[in-house]
Amino acid sequence: MSEQTILTAELRQEFESLCERYPDRKAALLPILHRVQAIHGCLDRRAQQEVADFLGTSAVEVHGVVTFYPMFREKPIGKHLVSVCKNISCDLMGSDNLLAAIQRKFAVQPGETCTDPSFTLEAVQCQGACGYGPMMVVDGHYHENLDAAKAVQILEDLKA
Amino acid sequence: MSQSFQDSPKFLTERLLRDGYGGTLAEYRAAGGYEQWRRAVTSLQPAEIIDLVKDSGLRGRGGAGFPTGLKWSFMPKDSGKPHYLLVNSDESEPGTFKDRLLLEKDPHLVLEGAAISAFAIGARTIYIYVRGEYVYPRECLDRAIQEAYEAGLLGQKLFGTDWSLDIYTHPGAGAYICGEETALMESLEGKRGHPRPKPPFPAGYGAWGQPTTINNVETVANARPILEHGAGAFRSVGTKNSPGTILVGVSGHVNRPGVYELPMGVPVRTVVDQVCGGMRNGKALKAFYVGGSSTGLLPAKDADVTLDHDAVRERGVMLGTAGLIVMDEDTSIIRATRVLADFYDHETCGQCSQCRVGMEWSYQIIRRIEEGRGHPSDLKTFADLIQNFSGGKTICAFADGAAMPFKTALLHFREEWEEAIRRANPQMADSPSEEPQTAGT
Ligand SMILES: Cc1cc2nc3c(=O)[nH]c(=O)nc-3n(C[C@H](O)[C@H](O)[C@H](O)COP(=O)(O)O)c2cc1C
Ligand code: FES
Repeated sequence: MSEQTILTAELRQEFESLCERYPDRKAALLPILHRVQAIHGCLDRRAQQEVADFLGTSAVEVHGVVTFYPMFREKPIGKHLVSVCKNISCDLMGSDNLLAAIQRKFAVQPGETCTDPSFTLEAVQCQGACGYGPMMVVDGHYHENLDAAKAVQILEDLKA
Repeated sequence: MSQSFQDSPKFLTERLLRDGYGGTLAEYRAAGGYEQWRRAVTSLQPAEIIDLVKDSGLRGRGGAGFPTGLKWSFMPKDSGKPHYLLVNSDESEPGTFKDRLLLEKDPHLVLEGAAISAFAIGARTIYIYVRGEYVYPRECLDRAIQEAYEAGLLGQKLFGTDWSLDIYTHPGAGAYICGEETALMESLEGKRGHPRPKPPFPAGYGAWGQPTTINNVETVANARPILEHGAGAFRSVGTKNSPGTILVGVSGHVNRPGVYELPMGVPVRTVVDQVCGGMRNGKALKAFYVGGSSTGLLPAKDADVTLDHDAVRERGVMLGTAGLIVMDEDTSIIRATRVLADFYDHETCGQCSQCRVGMEWSYQIIRRIEEGRGHPSDLKTFADLIQNFSGGKTICAFADGAAMPFKTALLHFREEWEEAIRRANPQMADSPSEEPQTAGT
């Protein structure tokens, strides 16, 4: 494995300007972690250490934060991330059918990754789209007012 | 009393109801945008604005309904320290999706309202904490912030005065608890979102130990119409103790779910039947969560309740975020409660053991009742558990919020729970709430 750093000079410069927004540079941790995860695919130990060094904090602190927040992950996932809301408003509108259809069609369970299309499936809590359920988020993009057929089609379209 | 919902002013959404409004700076300014911000900085004193907001009777739209002017007055004067306004855009309460409407469709209204609010409390920096999943809403805000800087509406020496203001957005990362104001501050500082014990209160010791006010998006947005139309006009809508309009987000089994700006004091029945076009598939209403899951539910017979703080409290629930979740006659209350228990179990921050253990245990109990494996003692155990983690025994209000849907589900739909336990224990003679009559799990 190459020893190239994750935090390139360019990224460091970008992160420096983030730090300037706050009276204490550690406050830039969440926005930085989001950005590193998007680029590096996950926040593994190496990424955590580099971010800790950059902010002048300990890797333990960073690890504590990474493991606290559901949107951060320490391991890589499939090419796409598919998050189906399972909370109350979506459940009332049949989000369980939608999830079941995805599981059946692509032979994948929440927490697992399938290969073609390549995505990691998760069942998540309320996404703030309650009036437009059932819904799922694909790579940060909201798909609302779904039914099982529409959801499966959207995921079919992810095929390479 | 409030007028009918059709004639009521739309303080927040009047522009959005116009065809083709895109929420750009040019469009917002053409509709009088940033005039109140200019007026605040150039000709009003912070104390005047606080008094005006006090007179308006505005109450926080983030859940607790705390009087906004009063909250602002807690901020120290001439403290010599930096003051902060944190705008709470965490919006993660199940059934709540109303702030997102403003962030996406009229971000400049949020910015102008926040700017006025910051001026009132002496804050020259605003952080808008946006839940991590709201990628697009945050982009809308960031774009609007950039437009406002370019137009000289933010930054240094505003309108030829010495006043300056910076606004930044800050992303959360999927933790519901970070909507709780002290957890939000921890999260903003780059830590785990663990609520802080109070006191100290944020106005004295907030973000980075400095005087801080936390307000919801919709709360600060109301600052513009209050300055523009006056406290009297604001009070002419809604009820005496709950003035103004409120963004009601309706989800569940209605024909037209969505976010509607309605006068405070509108009856739930009117919202369901008239605003939302009635129940889907002609079904009957069974129950509704009043203002997000943590406010508790009421049965259909309470649909005459009006959406204002006093009226809902009289029925034993709270107005919360006005996220109205509507359930039809086919809905299982046990299932709904299990879905929510799964949520609270997932989201407890784990600091307080009553909460951490209580959520998990509650979930296990509800789950086995739903699956037909309920134990005769389960309802009593569940009630004891709720007793144990609620009533202000924890650092923050999360556990008390979780108790609301649990308690109200047990209270209003007792037979449904008892029936499930009875079916699981055919040998059982009578009331399932008695002490265990059989051993085993
Ligand atoms: C568990 C929990 C979650 C909360 N989530 C939010 C939220 O997402 N948005 C919000 O505005 N307030 C939320 N609140 C309420 C805040 O603590 C705070 O009261 C509110 O932001 C104050 O703003 P307001 O006075 O304008 O209502 C939450 C409270 C608790 C206990
Ligand atoms: S319950 Fe699914 S988005 Fe809110």
